Amino acid sequence: MADALLEAQDLRKYFPVTSGGMFSRVKGYVKAVDGVSFSVYPGETLGVVGESGCGKTTTSKLVLTQEAPTSGSLIFKGKDVAQLRGRELKEYRQAVQVVFQDPFSSLSPRMRVGDIISEPLEVHSLMSRQGIKNHVGEVLELVGLPADVSRLFPHEFSGGQRQRIAIARALATNAELIVLDEPVSALDVSIRAHILTLLEELQKELGISYVFIGHDLAAVAHISDRIAVMYLGKIVETAESLELSNNPLHPYTKALFAASLPSHPDEDREEMAISGEVPSALNPPPGCHFHTRCPYYMERCSEEEPRLKEVSQSHTVACFLY
Amino acid sequence: MVTATKTLLKVKDLYAQFTGFGGARVVRAIDGINFSLDQGETMGLVGESGCGKTTTCHAIFRLLPPAGRIVSGSIEFDGQDLMQVSDGEMRNIRGRDMGMILQDPMASLDPLFTIMDQVAEPAHHHRGIRGGTLRERVVDLLRSVRIPSPEVRMREFPHQMSGGMRQRIVGAISLSGGPKLIVADEPTTNLDVTIQLQYLNLLRDLQQETGVSLIFVTHNLGIVAKMCDKVAVMYAGKIVEQGSVRDIYNNPRHPYTQALIQSIPRLGNKDPLYVIPGQPPNLAELPTGCAFHPRCPFATEKCINEEPPYVSFGDGQESKCWLSVEDAKNG
Amino acid sequence: MASDQILVTSPPSGAEHVSAVAHRSLAILREAPKLPVGIILFVALVAIFAPLLAPHDAETSVKPIKIFAPAIYAGGTWDTALGTDFQGRDILSRLIYGARTSLIIGLLGTVFAGILGVTLGIVSGYMGGLWDQVIMRITDAKLALPSLVFGIFLAAVLSPGLWTIILILMIVFWTRYARVIRGEVLSLRERDFVKLAEVTGAGKIRVMFRHILPNIMNTAMVLFSLTVGVAIILEASLSFLGVGVPPPTPTWGNMLADARPTLISERWTLTVAPGICIMLLVLAANLLGDWMRVRLDPQLRNR
Repeated sequence: MADALLEAQDLRKYFPVTSGGMFSRVKGYVKAVDGVSFSVYPGETLGVVGESGCGKTTTSKLVLTQEAPTSGSLIFKGKDVAQLRGRELKEYRQAVQVVFQDPFSSLSPRMRVGDIISEPLEVHSLMSRQGIKNHVGEVLELVGLPADVSRLFPHEFSGGQRQRIAIARALATNAELIVLDEPVSALDVSIRAHILTLLEELQKELGISYVFIGHDLAAVAHISDRIAVMYLGKIVETAESLELSNNPLHPYTKALFAASLPSHPDEDREEMAISGEVPSALNPPPGCHFHTRCPYYMERCSEEEPRLKEVSQSHTVACFLY
Repeated sequence: MVTATKTLLKVKDLYAQFTGFGGARVVRAIDGINFSLDQGETMGLVGESGCGKTTTCHAIFRLLPPAGRIVSGSIEFDGQDLMQVSDGEMRNIRGRDMGMILQDPMASLDPLFTIMDQVAEPAHHHRGIRGGTLRERVVDLLRSVRIPSPEVRMREFPHQMSGGMRQRIVGAISLSGGPKLIVADEPTTNLDVTIQLQYLNLLRDLQQETGVSLIFVTHNLGIVAKMCDKVAVMYAGKIVEQGSVRDIYNNPRHPYTQALIQSIPRLGNKDPLYVIPGQPPNLAELPTGCAFHPRCPFATEKCINEEPPYVSFGDGQESKCWLSVEDAKNG
Repeated sequence: MASDQILVTSPPSGAEHVSAVAHRSLAILREAPKLPVGIILFVALVAIFAPLLAPHDAETSVKPIKIFAPAIYAGGTWDTALGTDFQGRDILSRLIYGARTSLIIGLLGTVFAGILGVTLGIVSGYMGGLWDQVIMRITDAKLALPSLVFGIFLAAVLSPGLWTIILILMIVFWTRYARVIRGEVLSLRERDFVKLAEVTGAGKIRVMFRHILPNIMNTAMVLFSLTVGVAIILEASLSFLGVGVPPPTPTWGNMLADARPTLISERWTLTVAPGICIMLLVLAANLLGDWMRVRLDPQLRNR
């Protein structure tokens, strides 16, 4: 296999919780991301699935250098991202782009589409003005919009069109990795297929890698090559997308699949409604974080923390059952 | 469907419109819809944003925003025409006979009142339940929506509850008046998947216990497949197809329904998705003829010029498409 | 219905687009309330064309140094239609020139206060931390002082003059902007488009002035129009108290001050004429500001 484009090694991000007030003491830490390792290869999509509070958003912030990791490292093309300075950091920020969930909030309402898309180019002063103009036209056509919409303002577009503009912006700097943070959750059903298909086509054409974050398992499984399932700051299972859909191993993954809604009323689905809600990340249960909700709970689970273990080729799971 | 069950809600030829810009612009948000719902039945109202599904629920509650009004049609609920009852009587019907569950549980709960106050209000106000009986009822309701140790939690405030619990409390409030119909408008969009499953199972259990009818307003076909007995698909203010869930999924007649079903990703299947071309239409500038024709792969000259009629296929399946007219002719 | 969320399927061509924008601005103007806009336009025109409109020079006596009654009373002449003040200067001419000073001071003072307040508000809201602490504590301290007293104090310390008054208005009013703008920036800061710009590597200055500033302009405009009225009143008050624009330059406040000795006599034009001018202008500014607040807030629009 080729070298990984981006590799996360034992990434951790702890947020201190303070008692509040002016002379606050640190009461504890929210372990938002707690020892996460993954790699993204060129031209591949890594899906990250999990419920709210599982650390997927913090992981994306770490990748986007919005937050600095507490420990662990991110290696991009063989270089540690934390060590990048000046020009190299700029290059990293050009190479790694993001598309957010809500296209009504992610496009500046007072800027023209052309200015929104060309902003990364201007910030990094990559091209002449005419060059920028032509390039904006090109990326707009890549995402299926006519080049002359660059004069319009975002409010003149529908949700799906706005999301296309957001993707065009991510493409403008010839990104190599795009973090897709629930890019279709806010869109209408018929438009979701537009965007998912567009993303797949762009990947085929340009060889970009994606990190696709989502909670809609079916959509994530559809677009991803590999999927990492997260629960309370840890990855509990990784596998190829089809392997994971057909043979989920970790009880939490099973529960997630059982909870995803049927596509047909007659579809027979193993009902495995897990009880309770996700515990607080401030005070996670000892041992395996999932043991409080797990139907296969054993005594060992609350005492010892399971480690990710390879059960078959490229299928790893952190559970004592395997 | 020959059953002895009673029809609870019957909406007939309902038209509603919004007027904007000092009457200069009229948007026909609901354009002649018909459906009926039996007691204890669950119906899914499916469509994309702006198709009129939320307006339909608001119309049933006679709670359209000031710019909107019901132009004509009738809404028969539990034997009386809601278009004829007085505003005062309508207020009693809401909350007592009809409940609503909205999308955002945090916005649906008043942060200044305890859970007890909020769950008790419809029972107190509409059913005249007081004192110890009222407290018992609240505890029962909270227990039925699986709130742990309800006697303690009912004295707490909404911000002390988790997201899933809040939505269950909204469910308890909607049940508090002992309604015959609950309208749930995208009730699980803000919930995590495992919590969503818990909530949907809970609603189904409650429905079996109380025999209440449910209308699910959603764009999620999965919820419809899991929960509903029948489904109505809305497009541009009209119901383009309705029928029993099995008929619609096994044999969708309308190209829009077909496209919707094919455009959602399925687990364990990575085949390319079907992409419905174009955008949902603007209700203020609807296409001529059948509103779906610009996006329809089967559109003909006739679809552009003439609006198709409803075609009934027996068993309650109805479709509004010229293709269905042909289908019906050919048997 | 939310018309601005409805999509355009075919974007208009360039020329169409420009004409559409022009059309929309015209439509907005036509919607504006007639009376306040009329008053403000009238005062502005009078101020601009003061030399052409005024029958006399405003700063020199046209009659013997004595109060002359308006034309409608016995002893008055149509030459000085509203009469003269105690120095024999024509009141109408002074009102016309006074519009100039009042408007210049009111507008410039508010604009400068706006520029300072908006900038500090954005910095405070966006940068947070120590910046926020320092700027907000200063505004707290400032808001605890009554504007008029603070204005008098400043006027007494600084040497009097037109620009001093403008400076005073700026110092007195910037906190109004800073407070409100900071609050708005706090919520804008969390919006995805700001995060997106940061992820792209845009600098802080760029984010503040390219992404945040355009989005708070509505609020700033509303604050501006609401502050103009108060600024004009403060200017008049300072002049009335004798610490404003030094005589003989006519301002409406100065005219009131000059009329103080005759306040209770029957020479009502001396006080009532500039008083009505101030009242109408301030009222117009406030009405316009209120309309703008509703018009520019998408949540209140179309109600």
